[in-house]
Amino acid sequence: MATDAAAIPKASQKAGTSTVPQVMKQGRLTPWLYLAPALIVMAVFIVYPMLNTITLSFQNKNGSAPAWTTCVADRPCWGILENYRYALTNELDTRTLGTLWSTFWRSSYGNNVKWILVMVTGTVSLGLLIALFSDRVKYEALVKAVIFMPMAISFVGAGIIWKFVYDFGTQQVQIGLLNAIVTALGGQPVAWLQTPPINTFMIIVVGIWIWTGFCMTILSASLKSVPTEILEAARVDGATEWEVFWRITVPMIMPTIIVVITVMVINVLKIFDLVYVLTGGNYGTEVIANRMYTEMYINFQTGRGTAIAVVLILVLIPFMILNIRRFREQEALR
Amino acid sequence: MNRERLLHILGSIPTHAVLLTMIVLWLIPTLGLLITSLRPFQDINRSGWWTVLSPPPGQAAYAQHCAECHGADGQALPAADLTDPELVGQYPRSLQLLAALRRDIDGQPHLGNNPTPEIQDAADIAVYLKRISSIETPPRFTLDNYIDALMGYRGRATYRSDCAAGQAALDLNCNASDLLNPRGMSRAFINSLLVTIPATILPILFAGFAAYAFSWLDFPGRNGLFALLVALQIVPLQMTLVPISRLYAQLGLNGTFLGVWLFHTGFGLPYAIYLMRNFLGALPRDLFESAYLDGASHWTAFTRLALPLATPAIASLGIFQFLWVWNDLLVALVFLGGTRPVMTYQISNMVTSLGAGWHLLTAAAFLSILVPMAVFFGLQRYFVRGLLAGSVKG
Repeated sequence: MATDAAAIPKASQKAGTSTVPQVMKQGRLTPWLYLAPALIVMAVFIVYPMLNTITLSFQNKNGSAPAWTTCVADRPCWGILENYRYALTNELDTRTLGTLWSTFWRSSYGNNVKWILVMVTGTVSLGLLIALFSDRVKYEALVKAVIFMPMAISFVGAGIIWKFVYDFGTQQVQIGLLNAIVTALGGQPVAWLQTPPINTFMIIVVGIWIWTGFCMTILSASLKSVPTEILEAARVDGATEWEVFWRITVPMIMPTIIVVITVMVINVLKIFDLVYVLTGGNYGTEVIANRMYTEMYINFQTGRGTAIAVVLILVLIPFMILNIRRFREQEALR
Repeated sequence: MNRERLLHILGSIPTHAVLLTMIVLWLIPTLGLLITSLRPFQDINRSGWWTVLSPPPGQAAYAQHCAECHGADGQALPAADLTDPELVGQYPRSLQLLAALRRDIDGQPHLGNNPTPEIQDAADIAVYLKRISSIETPPRFTLDNYIDALMGYRGRATYRSDCAAGQAALDLNCNASDLLNPRGMSRAFINSLLVTIPATILPILFAGFAAYAFSWLDFPGRNGLFALLVALQIVPLQMTLVPISRLYAQLGLNGTFLGVWLFHTGFGLPYAIYLMRNFLGALPRDLFESAYLDGASHWTAFTRLALPLATPAIASLGIFQFLWVWNDLLVALVFLGGTRPVMTYQISNMVTSLGAGWHLLTAAAFLSILVPMAVFFGLQRYFVRGLLAGSVKG
């Protein structure tokens, strides 16, 4: 975090703020009185639990003995890192590369990779498409409000909305919209949420429905900041709209696209509620955050659950650092 | 000139087509939820919500088999007026209706040379006859699902009809006190408010204090500490659940509102401090200097100057935090659970324990998204701003 600490005064000086007026001297204790409530609450609810989670991840299921005591003879054991062995390898079949590959794609990690690939691509490209098109029409505000609306709804509410779309009727009548369309076209109804591997993609569609508005809004603001003179000049020089988009617009908004991608990767890695409501993590739809919840609160395996939490944050950290840095750069430019 | 204009319009058609498709795709799922929540529960499982405006069941079969003689409205034969409840009441079911159709009238077959309807058609016709004779005219739309969801009623029929018949469950009184039924959405609504309001005010208040210190007070390690606090934004919520629930178990805070308020305050603070500090720090320095020269203390400068000026930041932050807490499931699930159910918990509980009760689920889900929708459409500008700035929150 050293780089971040250095970045702040630099950014603030650029904005011309943050130097305390010389006339406003105060008692030595005053600042700490103002800071105390926030510092205390944050110490108790963020710093302490974070450290405690790390400690617990090296212990057994209720934190009463070190993790190696849970090892079983003749089975692989990573000693003090036993919970991490469980967290990383339990879902995988490591006998051959082939089984490793196929079990990986059915594991929570594989599902998270699917989530990242499909959802980030989907939200960013759809968001960019809508931002680009809505810029040219008179009802821009309406389009944006409609696409952004799901952001206001809880994952639980969105889950119910889409569970109904995906409803699978065992009788003749299909009350789920998707199966009604499929049967009207002469197909057989599908149990969308119970059939792997399509069920994971069906949940990802809900995620795209929720988050596209977010990507659209950020990308739209960035698109509007591209100077029209440059675009016009290119058009006068004979560039097609397609070329203008790929050669000028995209490179100019690239920093924003990268911010959006990192934010989306972070969001996707933490996804929990959607899977919880739509399938409860069953039928092969489990993701890392759900697995952690299951270990902690269904199986009461604190050590394993916290180990998964630590794995999750280790995966998240690089994206978050990247994200905060980019965010700072943008703030400084503004 | 005209040609150019035409080309321009033609050229913009794909744009409109794409945008309108997106709007429709985005709205249809929610529209389906809303319409379904307003339909009688018998209809919900019988036909898709998109058929809600189509002709009532049985009309087509009636037109095919009966309209020729009885007329489209059933009144063409005064001696056999099908809108007469007394007459229709003799054939409430398909078999009775079929028996009547097979009987001769004045020595002639009832249906002449036409074939007798299939049993399914006969059933549909019977339903349709009851409708046009106003023996049984179920409304197309009803608010009963919302009443059931608010009361948490899970009987065979609706809360209102069962209460009228005196058949409601034992723990219900069929009066306003049922609104406090712990399985109902109205109780959950109150709980959600009780959780959300303090969990919104507390972090903003604490962040205001801290942000003032970071902006306008001088102390050693100011920038380092600020960077540290901002960096805490990246800690994911899931990291802290287990230690805090163990701590709460010792303090007896599991299942209490206080526990959830404090938890949300802790997690709301890093982002709140970040946003407030950026806003307060950008206020003109002269303002604070002259206030100080006029004899204002830091407390006065904070309450009279900084807080009122920070209203836009507080609005964005407040809306963001409010919706964050209102929509949260995980924290409510872990720390409150069923002892004090909030709306998200109540709905997820209905999903797992009820399975197919779409009339309840759709109404409950719509109730829970009412408040966020109102906030969103009423205060869209602040909402979007707060959300964008908070995109790095953990």
